[in-house]
Amino acid sequence: MPVSLTNSRLIYDALKKCDIRLLSGLPETWLVHLIRMADDDPEIILVRLAKEEEGVGISAGAHFAGVKSAMLMQNHGFLASINGIVSFAHLYKIPLLMLISSRGSFGERDPWQTQGGNATEPVLRALGIPYSFLDSADIVKKRIEQAQTLAESSLQPVALLLTRDLMWEE
Amino acid sequence: MLRLDCLRSIYSQLENSLVVTIMGAVAAELHSLGHRPNFFYLQHAMGLASSTGLGLALCLPEQRVIVIDGDGSLLMNLGGLSTMARYRPPKLVHIVFDNESLLSVGGFPTATSTGTDLEGIARAAGIPRVSTVRSVESFQAAVTDVMQKNELTTLIAKVEATGPARYVTDLALLENRFQFRRHIQSLKGALKIGESHENPDQVKEMATQKLMRSANVSRPD
Repeated sequence: MPVSLTNSRLIYDALKKCDIRLLSGLPETWLVHLIRMADDDPEIILVRLAKEEEGVGISAGAHFAGVKSAMLMQNHGFLASINGIVSFAHLYKIPLLMLISSRGSFGERDPWQTQGGNATEPVLRALGIPYSFLDSADIVKKRIEQAQTLAESSLQPVALLLTRDLMWEE
Repeated sequence: MLRLDCLRSIYSQLENSLVVTIMGAVAAELHSLGHRPNFFYLQHAMGLASSTGLGLALCLPEQRVIVIDGDGSLLMNLGGLSTMARYRPPKLVHIVFDNESLLSVGGFPTATSTGTDLEGIARAAGIPRVSTVRSVESFQAAVTDVMQKNELTTLIAKVEATGPARYVTDLALLENRFQFRRHIQSLKGALKIGESHENPDQVKEMATQKLMRSANVSRPD
């Protein structure tokens, strides 16, 4: 599977460096290494979800407990989480670090991913969610740290879009 | 049986727990009995009260966490039952007031009024302890019992579809949220706001919990 193990490790190490101690996730191809790393790591609480919106509640609980968390999901999982984001994370000012694999963009071969690819950025903008891209290895560490800092200081959801250029090797 | 009577019967037992409720009648009635800083009322995001309780319970394994859910909310997040069952934090108590109705929006009947069995769903999802009660006495006894146990429990309480005259309280949502978090941070063993999470004891505790979970839960993958 040509998902980049090297860049997944970079992302994972950057999350650990930010004191992230809980990761929620629902497997998708680009996230397999990250989820496996979390599963193998005794310092990380990994919560495998049935649906991504649950992760909003779990991250809120972690925040109340004083534990930093992040959500790993595909952009369709982000789209499936919108009510939780608006009526929990926004309404109650909960910091959420969302790592979203940006499927359905340039280079996408799976037809079923393409509509979600079109909708993701407009929906992020409509919701007023600050977002940026993880599109090359050299910015991963810094940008994850910046996103986490903003989420914590502004008490709101912040999104990082994981791009094909970073996650896929072929 | 009235939900308010049920809440009154266990109110004194909620003092040392973290309590997360759903919106609507449950929140308004618990608040009417007397707000405490360990109560968080999730006044929207239907379905996510149980997920919030799960997040709290996984991060604070020594702490008793009580979720007060409802049939309408639970039906919106049935998958969350499978997630709770998968990680089954032993001190998480999941109470579901089932009035077979979406009361706060006009009393429209939910699927539990036409035969959907939440006890059966919770059991089949893998929640280790599940029961249904239909009287205040049995509700109080069941809660008292489960507070002594260390096993994830879902307790379905069948109640009448009646509630308070109004749902808005004088507690602002954000005031509740910040007070709740500050309360948790003041508890022994919890991390302080702004403190580094490189707390060796907590990391070790999390690792222990993780090993326990992986030993208890068979994973198909």
